[in-house]
Amino acid sequence: MSRITQTLSALDAAGRKALIPFVTAGDPDLSVTVPLMHTLVEAGADIIELGVPFSDPMADGPTIQRASERALLKKVSLRQVIAAVAEFRTRNTTTPVVLMGYANPIEAMGVDAFADAASAAGADGVLVVDYPPEESREFAKVVRAAGLDVIFLLAPTSTDVRIRAVGEIGSGYIYYVSLKGVTGAGHIDIDAVSKRIPLIRDMVGLPVGVGFGVRDGASAKALASVADAVVIGSRIIEEIENSPADEILPRVKTLLSGIRAAMDSVEVAA
Amino acid sequence: MGKLDLPAEVSASAYNLPDTTGHFGPYGGTFVAETLIAALDELRDTYESLKDEPAFRAEFEYELKHYVGRPSPIFHARRLSEVAGGAQIYLKREDLNHTGAHKINNVIGQAMVAKHMGKPRVIAETGAGQHGVATATIAARLGMECVVYMGSEDVKRQAANVYRMKLLGATVVPVECGSKTLKDALNEAMRDWVTNVANTFYIIGTVAGPHPYPMMVRDFQSVIGEECKWQMPEMIGRQPDAVIACVGGGSNAMGIFYPYIPYPDVRLIGVEAAGHGISSGMHSASLCAGRPGVLHGNRTYLLQDENGQIIETHSVSAGLDYPGVGPEHAWLKDCGRAEYVAIDDEEALAAFHKTCRMEGIIPALESSHAVAYAMKMAAGMSKDAVLLVNLSGRGDKDMHTVAEKSGIAF
Repeated sequence: MSRITQTLSALDAAGRKALIPFVTAGDPDLSVTVPLMHTLVEAGADIIELGVPFSDPMADGPTIQRASERALLKKVSLRQVIAAVAEFRTRNTTTPVVLMGYANPIEAMGVDAFADAASAAGADGVLVVDYPPEESREFAKVVRAAGLDVIFLLAPTSTDVRIRAVGEIGSGYIYYVSLKGVTGAGHIDIDAVSKRIPLIRDMVGLPVGVGFGVRDGASAKALASVADAVVIGSRIIEEIENSPADEILPRVKTLLSGIRAAMDSVEVAA
Repeated sequence: MGKLDLPAEVSASAYNLPDTTGHFGPYGGTFVAETLIAALDELRDTYESLKDEPAFRAEFEYELKHYVGRPSPIFHARRLSEVAGGAQIYLKREDLNHTGAHKINNVIGQAMVAKHMGKPRVIAETGAGQHGVATATIAARLGMECVVYMGSEDVKRQAANVYRMKLLGATVVPVECGSKTLKDALNEAMRDWVTNVANTFYIIGTVAGPHPYPMMVRDFQSVIGEECKWQMPEMIGRQPDAVIACVGGGSNAMGIFYPYIPYPDVRLIGVEAAGHGISSGMHSASLCAGRPGVLHGNRTYLLQDENGQIIETHSVSAGLDYPGVGPEHAWLKDCGRAEYVAIDDEEALAAFHKTCRMEGIIPALESSHAVAYAMKMAAGMSKDAVLLVNLSGRGDKDMHTVAEKSGIAF
């Protein structure tokens, strides 16, 4: 059983929901990344999504694009991001780390080399935003053979056929996103989400995390009441962006702790 | 890679790419986030059902004839040919189209699809502004809302085209992200589309992007080559020995190449922008100097660094200034059916001036790359050989750039 599945099963057994923060590796500097990951765990993160910077993050909003740009100014590469995971693992062997990014840096490194290096570093999963299931069967095979989970996005417009296709090649969890745009945009229609998630969970047989639009404790709590996991990205990046260098860690900790507390106040239906 | 094994007489059906999932060999495809899949599926299904429908074809042809002014003529550039000193150079005059370039052919087609889908709002990305102007033109003609995304650097460089779009009623949104040029405008337009997909149609300006765009844009642009196929026999009694077109994203080139793919005796030559020279690293020659990768929804040749980050491009012509290229060109290169070469800024400018002075035609700087290569190539050929150049646009938009290069201030 993968570290992601173990983590999510244990939470489920305890009647708790997973909190999955997203940060871009190398934002604002690679030296911040590993301490930041530890801070996220201290603040209650169950899984960390670690963004791999890319020059053309088409599916992300301006906030995450700026994070990518800051990291790329420092020339942060995929190999360095993988090295950061290895460094994180020297002090933390329990919190799963998912590498999230775009196809081109991975293809430039080579899919085999990437899968081997990410696995050896102690990464647990990969989410490639611009690899929908029909373009990633081979990739998924290679990455899963290296012992990594392959996490896919699903949207409100995903058809049953597509959801089942994701069920066949995906693992770990599903990242369910709001249709209304890019990361950091708008708000999620909780009613619609609450109807959709049980159907997806049944068809795919994996826990479902929800993201795109989580801003605060209240929105996280609302989503936690219907999903297995809550993903929060842009709001954390904004906090990093607006903090002086020496206050990034305490401010992110305060923000995420507040969200964790709000989520834990959710009563879980049997 | 080996040459495509085409028999002497090939029916058009021998080449039937892309496949049903939008792939040209290993290239093309649908590399987008899940949020865009439903919109692309809807577009693909609508386009598939419309493209051969007689009423749709008839309306498209009517618009091309009466609004664009097609067919565009082919002109024998006798004096240019003489100066080049060899093969005869013929120019396919896309510069005479309404709005001054080939871009309008595709935009009319896509706007008709948008209308059919009941989408009242169209968006577009633009670099130099030609595709933006064409989109704003059709939006005005059909009474649609139009938003054009343009890198803030390009907004500064192309003030006249920005004003043209505004005159036509479009909203021009300057994009401040990334390198503030065409690729960033494309990213931003995609984001708009994901957010507003219910009422919005994204009119992509070139043969790139996710399936079905490369196929659909090629189909609409292939009117260029289809006309050449009957015009050339009318003029010279046969098809040309080679067809030459500039390649940025590659829509004018695909438009003139595609109908000629089944003619193995007709060489297809794409001319990329070598900018300050391939060895300088400051160029836009994705096919000549790039590596395959994934960008903007498709797999194709890209200009990228060793870490897979897309790098900034350079060309004197903004329309060729793009780090990728249409996936069908990537395939035509690998299978050997088309050849790709590069012409630098200086050579393109020299061809620009020659075309002005020898033929009384002011070509776009993009098209000047194709003219430059044709003149170079013609020099080594017999007087009976015929080179057909796609003169994809007129150079009015380039007055400032050329004047500046010549040290002249307006």
